[in-house]
Amino acid sequence: MQAFEYARPTTAEAAVALLGSQWGDSEVLAGGTDLVSLMKDYVVSPKRLVSLKDIKSLGGIEYKPKSGLRLGATVTFQELLDSPEIARNYPALVQAAQGVTSPQIRSRGTVGGDLCQRPRCWYFRLGYGLLAQSDGKPLVPDGDNRYHAILGNEGPAYFVNPSSLAPILIALGAKVRVQGQQGVREVSLHNFFITPKSAEEREYALQPNEMLTDILVPPPEGIHMALYEVRQKEALDWPLAAAAVAFKLSGGKVDDPRVVLGHVAPVPWPSLEAEHALEGNTVGEASADEAGKAAVSRATPLSKNAYKVKLAHVAVKRAILAAAKGGANA
Amino acid sequence: MANCKYDWPEAKDRKLIGKRISRIDGHEKASGRARYTFDMNPGNLLFGKILRSPYAHAKIKSVDTSEAEKLPGVVSVVVMKPVGKEPQPEIQWAGDEIAAVAATREEIAEDAIRKIKVEYDPLPFFVNEEDLSQAEGHTKPAVTEKKGDPEKAFQDPDVVTSEGYYGVPVITHCCLETHGHVVDWPDSKSLRVYASTQGVSAIGGQFADPLEIRADDVNIICNYVGGGFGSKFAVDTWGIAAAKLSKSAGGKPVKLLLERDHELLVAGARPSAFAKVRVAAKKDGTLVAWDSESWGTGGMGGSGVPPIPYPFHDKFPNFSRKHTFVSTNIGPSRAWRAPNHPQACLITMGAIDDLAAKLNMDPVELLMKNADLAPDPTLAKYYREELEVAAKLADWHKNWHPRPDKTAGTVKRGLGVSLHTWGGNPHAGNCAVSIHPDGSVEVKLGSQDLGTGTRTVIAIVVAETLGLPVDAVKVTIGDSKYPPDGPSGGSTTVGGVSGSTRRGAVNARDAFFAAIAPALGAKPEDLEAVDWHVRVKGNAAKTLTWKQACAKLGVKSIEATGAQKPRYTTEEQKTECVLNSGGVGGVQIADVSVDTETGIVRMNRMVAAQDCGLIIDLKTAESQVHGALIMGVCYALYEEKIMDRQTGRMLNPNMEFYKLAGIGDVGELVVHMMTGPGYDERGVIGLGEPPVISPGAAISNAVANAIGVRVPTLPLTPDKVLAAIEKGGMA
Ligand SMILES: Cc1cc2nc3c(=O)[nH]c(=O)nc-3n(C[C@H](O)[C@H](O)[C@H](O)COP(=O)(O)OP(=O)(O)OC[C@H]3O[C@@H](n4cnc5c(N)ncnc54)[C@H](O)[C@@H]3O)c2cc1C
Repeated sequence: MQAFEYARPTTAEAAVALLGSQWGDSEVLAGGTDLVSLMKDYVVSPKRLVSLKDIKSLGGIEYKPKSGLRLGATVTFQELLDSPEIARNYPALVQAAQGVTSPQIRSRGTVGGDLCQRPRCWYFRLGYGLLAQSDGKPLVPDGDNRYHAILGNEGPAYFVNPSSLAPILIALGAKVRVQGQQGVREVSLHNFFITPKSAEEREYALQPNEMLTDILVPPPEGIHMALYEVRQKEALDWPLAAAAVAFKLSGGKVDDPRVVLGHVAPVPWPSLEAEHALEGNTVGEASADEAGKAAVSRATPLSKNAYKVKLAHVAVKRAILAAAKGGANA
Repeated sequence: MANCKYDWPEAKDRKLIGKRISRIDGHEKASGRARYTFDMNPGNLLFGKILRSPYAHAKIKSVDTSEAEKLPGVVSVVVMKPVGKEPQPEIQWAGDEIAAVAATREEIAEDAIRKIKVEYDPLPFFVNEEDLSQAEGHTKPAVTEKKGDPEKAFQDPDVVTSEGYYGVPVITHCCLETHGHVVDWPDSKSLRVYASTQGVSAIGGQFADPLEIRADDVNIICNYVGGGFGSKFAVDTWGIAAAKLSKSAGGKPVKLLLERDHELLVAGARPSAFAKVRVAAKKDGTLVAWDSESWGTGGMGGSGVPPIPYPFHDKFPNFSRKHTFVSTNIGPSRAWRAPNHPQACLITMGAIDDLAAKLNMDPVELLMKNADLAPDPTLAKYYREELEVAAKLADWHKNWHPRPDKTAGTVKRGLGVSLHTWGGNPHAGNCAVSIHPDGSVEVKLGSQDLGTGTRTVIAIVVAETLGLPVDAVKVTIGDSKYPPDGPSGGSTTVGGVSGSTRRGAVNARDAFFAAIAPALGAKPEDLEAVDWHVRVKGNAAKTLTWKQACAKLGVKSIEATGAQKPRYTTEEQKTECVLNSGGVGGVQIADVSVDTETGIVRMNRMVAAQDCGLIIDLKTAESQVHGALIMGVCYALYEEKIMDRQTGRMLNPNMEFYKLAGIGDVGELVVHMMTGPGYDERGVIGLGEPPVISPGAAISNAVANAIGVRVPTLPLTPDKVLAAIEKGGMA
């Protein structure tokens, strides 16, 4: 690992002032569970790490029935899991955190780090760049793409967004607060994720000298929510496909549904097709299955990942059924 | 064989042998006090790292280490593929070693290897062997064999034939403690090596020639091993490199243990095996004919040939088979726990299970019927008994159903059965046993405990022989200074060490009795050692505590030796006795649930009925089987060395995508060891390997039973399970 400078500022403003204006100069260090591995593998070699450890304002969980939930960027998975307010009001968020079954990652990994973690594409991690290219040729289409994207995969990005928290947060309409040199801005989490067009870009809408400070989730009133992740193992592993849903029921009919898929595209993938299919329907096996089918209707699987189309379909169906069963938040 | 002096005690006299005894180093390990090679951090330590080729096949034009040498903190550099002499070095797999660096800090060594400049001439490579039609130019015939008249047998109108395709990909050993050494030179001629090895007494010589030193000037030390599974018999190029780095650093200790990715790239792989099979039986289930065309890769060199049809190879009435080696640039293979057998088992037991389905027969019944095809009648008898025990423990007659599971719902349950055999004869070895005047007892041998319980077994044998509790015996192993013992491979260790230490302990006891008999006013042959006492047989008045008896030795300890030879002539058997043998059987039943919408297989239960002759420690024997079942679940459901055809590199050299089961993934494990009359008389037989042979087949068969169709190759991942269901299952 290349030698680096280690900075430990105490305010968010000071932190961003320490970040460089180009990707790669410096990196934000939260729990380090992803970043340190990337550095040991020489996938990223920053000259400076800006640790968030001493910035008190980045911690904390606050819930108010009127305004909803604020999660500080450095809240850990474990803190999220230990919060009775989150358990009561956002059960699907708990499901998402529970999917990360490693106690070590739960106690070190942060919610901000979960949203900003880098793709797990094995070509990227072996050093072929974010877009997995060798001599300008993309390696994914003709390579082993069993875990790659089935949607939004027209290239040049084929990886999948790895975050377990993002799909459900987007389904709940979450926003994030971003601290920049000029001050603070708010972005909907949906717009926070982008599909990079070049290997020099990132997968999220931050400037190199910006950082994420808070996650803001609207009140859950009347919302049925669930996350379903298709996981081959109980031990620490990545989902093969995931679906988050949130909707209201009025007179037994689905109202204003949100369906967001995970692990199927370079970004968390809101499915308008599934939402249309669900809107105004009663929830049952058949309508849930229809929505699942709609969610993958435009899937374009690669050579080795057609099975993920079926998994995403099933994940949507099961998430919808679980959400309806789970009851709404009062 | 009664009355041979080393014979194992009669069942009624056994105080320790065959009981459930906790491993004597359990606390050390669980508390983290046990020091593995990875834990050795002597003062002045240097860290060694290796630069590896990113190309799967290339010639090396030049290696320039000057920039690395200039980096502050770098102490020594060794080029492992020197250029200059003809022929030009050629790399045959990505990950092959180019050069090594030792530095004062780990990160400096990592940075330094990246400063080494290597010019490669990349060459074409081949890394995916499953599709044999793509392997032209990379194949070599390995075995062609024929027995009886299979074609005629297949044509008999009264037989039922099943055809299928079965396979197991290359997997890695993935030792939790990676391969490597901590090496230093106490003086310019002698080398001290803390090794993570399966052969404490065996590997020293491998350092001698390359370093131009004497084999007996190499001291190998290894007290604990974090997994070997057949991959840790060589000191490897990196062991030699570590010694050279240390030498040019003035003898300072160098720690060179592989990175996780390197462990998975180069330090052990199990050959693949794929087969197209036809197998036929009479309508009553009697197996009559087998025909297979199989292939597999073990890297560039050959690999073993799976002994199909397994384990019926020798007795199968009519068969023909052809096996082809495929050379690939994927890295070398190594012995993997029961080499070639898990592959042979999946291929044969999978094919036979499909045939049973075609015959509308219960596969347990079919195996029962054909048990006489076992290599010998004893094993046939064992198979029948084990099939019965396993079926009972798995509630087979209640839980098994013909294919598929026809109950409602998306999750289907299935049961599958398999059986296996293995040798397990002892290796040769020696030991020294001392009884000291203060009552302490020590046994020393240059053996190793791979986590199997070797230490504990040795303590039990010596304690049983001397009438002591287990913890009264000090077991000293793990150093090549001690009497040499064989390497731990082929399930030979328990036979080897129990044979040598039984003889050593009997010899020590007899010498001890001879020394103290006069003090008791008795003849040596009238003495016995029981319950921590020495007494005159039949005369309770003449009893000494063990300590009192030892005190009679004065100042002179008893020093005795014991040996286990690889084999004994009939004549030798009369005096040396027969303490062990080989040839075990085992039956396993898997019980699984398959989510037919996601293709995910969950383990409900694995049942194993296993024999291994006379069991020294029932608890550690059961643990061996538990470990094997877990390893079996891993390779049945998750493991695969995934090679990229474009870059020639392994895509999952990490424990994230090289998937292994966690505790929640293995289900319930039920182990039954076959013991008592009919089993114990065979003496001690090795157990490490046999129980890992069947799980792949049993689990694959269980999945087929659940969904009604074979998933042809392991691992049984969701993509393959869904594809099988779509193709012809019950979806
Ligand atoms: C085998 C395995 C399985 C896993 N499975 C899952 C899973 O199923 N689901 C899942 O969601 N995760 C999973 N994880 C990943 C884990 O959740 C992440 O490593 C963790 O969330 C990262 O958090 P961190 O605080 O350690 O981030 P760090 O490692 O500190 O940072 C990660 C990245 O985010 C950037 N970053 C961090 N915080 C900020 C911020 N506030 N502003 C701007 N940039 C920031 C860093 O610069 C870095 O690039 C898995 C990991 C492993 C190894």
